[in-house]
Amino acid sequence: MPIINAVRVLSDKNFKSDCTKKPAVIALAGNPNTGKSTIFNALTGMRQHTGNWPGKTVLRTQGQYIYNGQKYVLVDLPGTYSLLPHSAEEEVARDFLCFSYPDVTVVVVDATCLERNLNLVLQIGEVTRQLILCLNLMDEARRKNLIIDSDLLSRRLGIPVVETAARNGEGLNQLRQTICDVVNHRITPVPTPITYPPDLEQAIAILEPQVRQIMGERLNPRWVALRLIAGDQSFIRSFFSSLPDAGEGVKL
Amino acid sequence: MHACMTLDRLLPGCFALVEEVQAQGITRRRLLDLGLVPGTIIQAIHRSPLGDPTAYQIRGAIIALRQEDTLQIRIIPFEGT
Ligand SMILES: Nc1nc2c(ncn2[C@@H]2O[C@H](COP(=O)(O)OP(=O)(O)OP(=O)(O)O)[C@@H](O)[C@H]2O)c(=O)[nH]1
Ligand SMILES: [Mg+2]
Repeated sequence: MPIINAVRVLSDKNFKSDCTKKPAVIALAGNPNTGKSTIFNALTGMRQHTGNWPGKTVLRTQGQYIYNGQKYVLVDLPGTYSLLPHSAEEEVARDFLCFSYPDVTVVVVDATCLERNLNLVLQIGEVTRQLILCLNLMDEARRKNLIIDSDLLSRRLGIPVVETAARNGEGLNQLRQTICDVVNHRITPVPTPITYPPDLEQAIAILEPQVRQIMGERLNPRWVALRLIAGDQSFIRSFFSSLPDAGEGVKL
Repeated sequence: MHACMTLDRLLPGCFALVEEVQAQGITRRRLLDLGLVPGTIIQAIHRSPLGDPTAYQIRGAIIALRQEDTLQIRIIPFEGT
């Protein structure tokens, strides 16, 4: 597999110019305490604070790495249970994921605790298509005799799934390669859409085209419509200040 | 099983089944996002010295909730816990 990939990349016409291209921005998101900073450190060689309790990372931190001659900027985010923020840290994560338009978002989940973690994966899949699921703590999952069908999970979610045990470096090359493949459009994730009850779908159908007119496809217009319908004040504030003309003349 | 009660009355160490989240709007969505979906098993772990908030084990994570929220969650406590 790695050899085939290397061949593919080397035969890529743009390969030489890759090093000078603008670096791709990769966001690391996920629930608290799932190993985001451990992955960040392993990929960038930096030393972000890690430890076995939730809520260690409170600001976003960025670092760089080079893979296959291409430069990546990796952004470590605070842990969050939801894209509806309840604390300043969660707002930092939400704002970056929604309004900074990373080229790829890697959602790092605790493989021993999938049920809890997948909720956020579905939410982020409503915001962006450029999504990779990283099943971390696979060593713990094996120790607990949990068997995860990654291929099925990948098909159901419509996004690539990579298994890692970041603390001992397992799976990190596969992660780098998958990020590279999504950045260079060799893999196209298509997150499985979530359908809402008919009355809500009707309201979305009215709002979505108007949202699209104002801001195009950068942020999934369907997701913006849903936040507006929910009357999510924190989202609406960040949304308006993220618009190029800071909401001037825009009335929704 | 006991009759229904609200989550704030569950004593540390005891288990219960979430029956209904009565909160509305953003609070409701937030509680659902934390894993408090009807049918979830939850355990009270620890009450802070002032009695609020209380830490609960919910679907593999320990999460602190305030009484203003737990008052709005109906549970069925497990017998003998
Ligand atoms: N066994 C095992 N432990 C891991 C793995 N990855 C990370 N850890 C440990 O899990 C704990 C949490 O890791 P962090 O990288 O700090 O997690 P985080 O997601 O950045 O946490 P917050 O910033 O608090 O949200 C640390 O004790 C890590 O050493 C893994 O693959 N296997
Ligand atoms: Mg961290």
